[in-house]
Amino acid sequence: MTNEQMTNDKLVIETHDLIKRFKNVTAVDGLNLSIRRGEIFGLLGPDGAGKTTTIRMLCAIMDPSTGSASVAGFDTVKEPEKIKKRIGYMAQQFSLYGDLTVLENLVFFADIFQVGRQEREVHIARLLEFARLTEFRKRRAAHLSGGMQKKLALACTLIHQPEILFLDEPTTGVDPVSRREFWDILTELHLSGVTLFVSTPYMDEAERCSRAGLMFEGSIVVCDTPAHIKGLVEGELLELRPDRLREASRVIENIAGVLEVQTYGDLLHIFVDDAARRAPAIQETLAQAGIVVRGLRQTRPRMEEAFISLIRKRREET
Amino acid sequence: MIGRTLTIARKELLHIVRDRRTLVVMFLLPIVQLFLMGYAATTDVEHLSTAVLDGDHTSQSRELIEAYRASNYFDIVSYVEDEDSLARMVDRGVIRAGLIIPAGYGADVVAGRRASVAFVIDGSDPNVASTVFAASQQVGQAQTMRIIERRMGIDMEDMPGVEVYPRVWYNPEMKSVNFMIPGLIAMVLFTLTILLTSLAIVREREQGTIEQLMVTPIRPIELIVGKVIPYVFVAFFDMLEVLAIGVFWFGVPIHGSFSLLLLLAVLFLMTSLGIGIFISSVANTQQEAMLTVWLMLLPSIFLAGFFFPIEAMPGFLQALSYLIPLRYMLVIIRAIILKGVGLEVLAEQVVALAVFGAVIMVFAATRFRKRLE
Repeated sequence: MTNEQMTNDKLVIETHDLIKRFKNVTAVDGLNLSIRRGEIFGLLGPDGAGKTTTIRMLCAIMDPSTGSASVAGFDTVKEPEKIKKRIGYMAQQFSLYGDLTVLENLVFFADIFQVGRQEREVHIARLLEFARLTEFRKRRAAHLSGGMQKKLALACTLIHQPEILFLDEPTTGVDPVSRREFWDILTELHLSGVTLFVSTPYMDEAERCSRAGLMFEGSIVVCDTPAHIKGLVEGELLELRPDRLREASRVIENIAGVLEVQTYGDLLHIFVDDAARRAPAIQETLAQAGIVVRGLRQTRPRMEEAFISLIRKRREET
Repeated sequence: MIGRTLTIARKELLHIVRDRRTLVVMFLLPIVQLFLMGYAATTDVEHLSTAVLDGDHTSQSRELIEAYRASNYFDIVSYVEDEDSLARMVDRGVIRAGLIIPAGYGADVVAGRRASVAFVIDGSDPNVASTVFAASQQVGQAQTMRIIERRMGIDMEDMPGVEVYPRVWYNPEMKSVNFMIPGLIAMVLFTLTILLTSLAIVREREQGTIEQLMVTPIRPIELIVGKVIPYVFVAFFDMLEVLAIGVFWFGVPIHGSFSLLLLLAVLFLMTSLGIGIFISSVANTQQEAMLTVWLMLLPSIFLAGFFFPIEAMPGFLQALSYLIPLRYMLVIIRAIILKGVGLEVLAEQVVALAVFGAVIMVFAATRFRKRLE
């Protein structure tokens, strides 16, 4: 192992049995995470899973009820200010000043982080370019589109060149084109060596992470590379489009060899132990029930199917 | 330290300049308040609507009525024939006073007997009633003198007796506006500073921008001081504004040192700012902040001696009033403007304000944490 790999393997975010209780709920319930330098880590989960609370605790703006966390080698409760110099945080809601222009927002955060005079000019120009906001620099932030606001927020969190970047649902409420563009920007950052910690409710975004953790009701259900997570799903996946979705789903569930049925728009995703063997049986059963089927085919499970399946299993266990 | 504070101050200034509504509130509201209250909050009692029941109809009764009219306290708006209609007019609030002259009044005066009349006073507002009561007696006594002089053929000025020469200090014309305006200036300053500072900080919380600031290396004290600086200037400008209206429009003379007044106003500002910051640490929304401000303001206005003299309050309220910073500022501003006194007289108030300001500032600043709940 070379020296470079040694430093790359260094853990920059660690949590130990992290718990956060609010008055009526336990938002984060015994979280154990280890994230290495240079990773692009995706924290996935539905609304209310505890993603925002986790990120706030890691950014040292919220104290855990019990347990501990360290970021960049510093304890989040004991040395919060040392952490803040080294991280960037982009909150879920737009939290810049709408009545200030793009440039004024950037300059404001440059001042707050005390970025040097000469350094900042180069830096701001580069960030504007990077976020594709150069031509909008005189526009008030409130008058930008949702996607542009997110990019401005990202630019503001990068002004002091943080080692670690926390992004809380950066693509929620952003149109698909901007979403793709945003992830391209994140990938660029990843390649430049920044450690990224991104939360998202969109399962497909996990594919762009080096590792993903699925959070559900305050704890991590699974945490691994996207390929491994997809490998966790048992069986093979069949996809078909029946004309009567609910009825078809009920009929298929009882066929031998069918492990799980998920609805996906007007499609059914069926996990079976052996696709080649079970496909004819399914077709036959549906035909008997008078359900017309179009396009039965075998596909590879995606992140989305994997997560639904894993969460379902977790629910059945408890 | 200073760099980041100024950064925050500059940003806050941009917010102020770009928000028309806040601008209007800041610079127009004090003017409106001063004009409204300068005219409305007067306790001068003059030209009271009065009815007369003249049961005598003699030149003597007419002379008495004329004496009341000439006093300027009473406007004779109606003559009635019986006590019932007079009572009804008082009930309906058409008149606040009534003069009842019984039949035989003129005859008594001519015969040299002690004549009597009745004077009805609407006592529902005791402040007005006591002034009216005194005025009714005063007119009666003056009329008595005139009757004696005429009957005895003498001049009362030559008679033995005591003459009291009043010397009204500070406000010789006893104009209530001279007393009200200085108090109003203190109050406008108090209200505006508390409101503006608390709203400015709560706004960051409401918009979620505070969360973004919390992950920066900024210190709480830098944030608070920076946010407050622009409002110190706004409040100071407002004070000059209302002071100018007081002097040039309402004609309130400033007898004392103008610079001392400004200096102590800054001291008072610190206290108001501290209260504003404290409120912002308690409230989560601008609405909550607004309500809390009003909850604080009402007792302040009543207990500080703005409308009602503290000396007239029951003991425990008097004790409570020591906890209200506005109380000290009212004493200071009235003393400087009306009496023209200096620090040597006001030391007690100045020390009280300084202690208050320091305690509240420190308390408010320590309550402000870079943590979400």
